[in-house]
Parts: sequence; structure tokens; C-alpha cells
Amino acid sequence: MTKTEFLSALRLGLAGLPEKDIEERVSFYAEMIDDRTEEGLTEEEAVDAVGPVGTVISQIAEETPLSKLVKEKIKPKRRLKGIEIALMILGAPLWVSLLIAAFAVLLALIVAFWAVIVAFWAVFASLAACGLAGITAGIGFAVGGKGLSGLALIGAGLFLLGLSVFAFFGCKAATKGIFVLTKKALSGVKKAFLKKEATR
Amino acid sequence: MDIQLKRGMLDVSVLAAIKDGESYGYRIIKDMKPYLELSESTLYTILKRLETAEMLTVRTAEHDGRLRKYYRITGKGLGRIAEFREEWKEMTAIYRFVTKEETGNDEN
Repeated sequence: MTKTEFLSALRLGLAGLPEKDIEERVSFYAEMIDDRTEEGLTEEEAVDAVGPVGTVISQIAEETPLSKLVKEKIKPKRRLKGIEIALMILGAPLWVSLLIAAFAVLLALIVAFWAVIVAFWAVFASLAACGLAGITAGIGFAVGGKGLSGLALIGAGLFLLGLSVFAFFGCKAATKGIFVLTKKALSGVKKAFLKKEATR
Repeated sequence: MDIQLKRGMLDVSVLAAIKDGESYGYRIIKDMKPYLELSESTLYTILKRLETAEMLTVRTAEHDGRLRKYYRITGKGLGRIAEFREEWKEMTAIYRFVTKEETGNDEN
């Protein structure tokens, strides 16, 4: 690897840092390589001595606090002009309400998903309750002398109870699915964020 | 080793590397090499920290047609070295106490 290759790979790897920091780091490593070639090493040997660029980048990443990266990420790329600030304030009724709407939509989606899950569990609970009630009432009828009606009620109760067992597994699977989906959505957002950070 | 402790000791060793006169990055690494191996990125972080703490000053000068940064220790930096020597006495006393049963005596 030549010095130029090393330095441009370094620059690329540190793209998430503030511009001033990148320049300082790059000139620091350039100096380190130059000092080694001055001592008699070939360019390639000097670059090798400084270490694989990937290792250097991960070392720097380790030493850089996350807060700095986040700060750099949310900072505007240039100073906002007065007119832009004025427009932002004037446009506030529009963009603030749009922002609120976006959040509301997100919240509504989450609530809707979970409402479906709650409804599933409600079906399970009512099936189970009706089943139990049917069996209890059937026994009551049978003891009270209405044997046939009692038997029919017990049968219906057992049927409902059976359905509720079936529903239980369905509900469990659906709940699990929603959890997995939520997790996947979250990691998708994270990945998109990282990708943007790396390619910027 | 405790990270805080190690950081403090590395800071002092870099200060020691420039205490007899200004030096530059590669020379600091070379001077320290017989004692401890320091990577470039670690050295960079230490130099930055010491500069922020006003324990050294940096100047950029031309050398052989390119720029090189030179680091010079300040009074505060020299004070830090003196402080470290005092702290070390305390440390060795603690060490003697910790190992006194192994060595069988407390004068070491």
C-alpha cells in the first residue's frame, strides 16, 4: 500500500468525524510515514509499520466518544443563513404540525398492531370463559334433571374450550411475530443510519 | 491494568519523552520503544489530551520541504512529572504492603 492509498483510505474511514479532526489525523499519519521513509524505510515498509489502515481506523473509532459522532451527525453541514432561519420560523406552523403528524402516524401504527394482538387474546379469553361456563351450566342442568340439555351444553363447552386451546397457540404465535417484526424494523432503521454514516 | 491508572502513566511517560527538549511524533515513539510499545493512534490521543491540559505546546515547522509538528513541555507538564514521582513513592509503599507476606520482609 502506498502512502497516498493509506491516507485516502484513512480519510474515507474517518468520514464520520468533524472535518478538522480528519485533517489533523491524516497529517499526523502522513508525518509518521514520512519520518520513517526519511530513516531509510521504503514507502511500503513505512506504511506497513504504521499498521493496517483498518486497525488504525477501528482504534480511532474506539477512542472517539459516541457523543462526538452523534453531534457531528446532527450538526448542519454549514452555517444557516439568516433567511433560512427566518423561513424555518415562518414555516414552523407547517413543519411542526407535519412532524407531529408523522409521530402520530407512527404511534397509531404501533397502537393498531397491538390492538390486533389484544383482540386476539380477548377472543381466546372469551372462548375459554364461555367453554368453562358452558361446562359448569351443563353440569348444573344435568344435576337438575335436564339430562339432554345438560349434555348438549357440556358438549358445546368442551368444544369452545378446545377452540380456546387452539386460539391460545395462535395468539402466542401472533404476539411473537409482532415482537420479531418490531425488532426487525428497529434494526433496519439502525442499519440505514450506519450505512449513511459510512458512505457520506 | 486499571484503565485510568494506565492512562495517567502513559501521559507522564510522553511528558518524560519531551522533558529534555522539544520532540516530534516519530521520535517520541522511538525514544519510548525500549521501554514500552506505543501505537500512533494512542500517541495522538495522549498528545491531544496533554495539549488540552496545557502540559505541552505544539508548533508546526518546516522540515525537509514538509511540515512537522514539534511538542514542547510547559511548566505545568514538568509539574505533572514531579507530582508523579511523589505519587509513585506512595504507590511503592502500597506495593510493599501488598507483597510483604510473600517477600517475608517489608524493606524492599
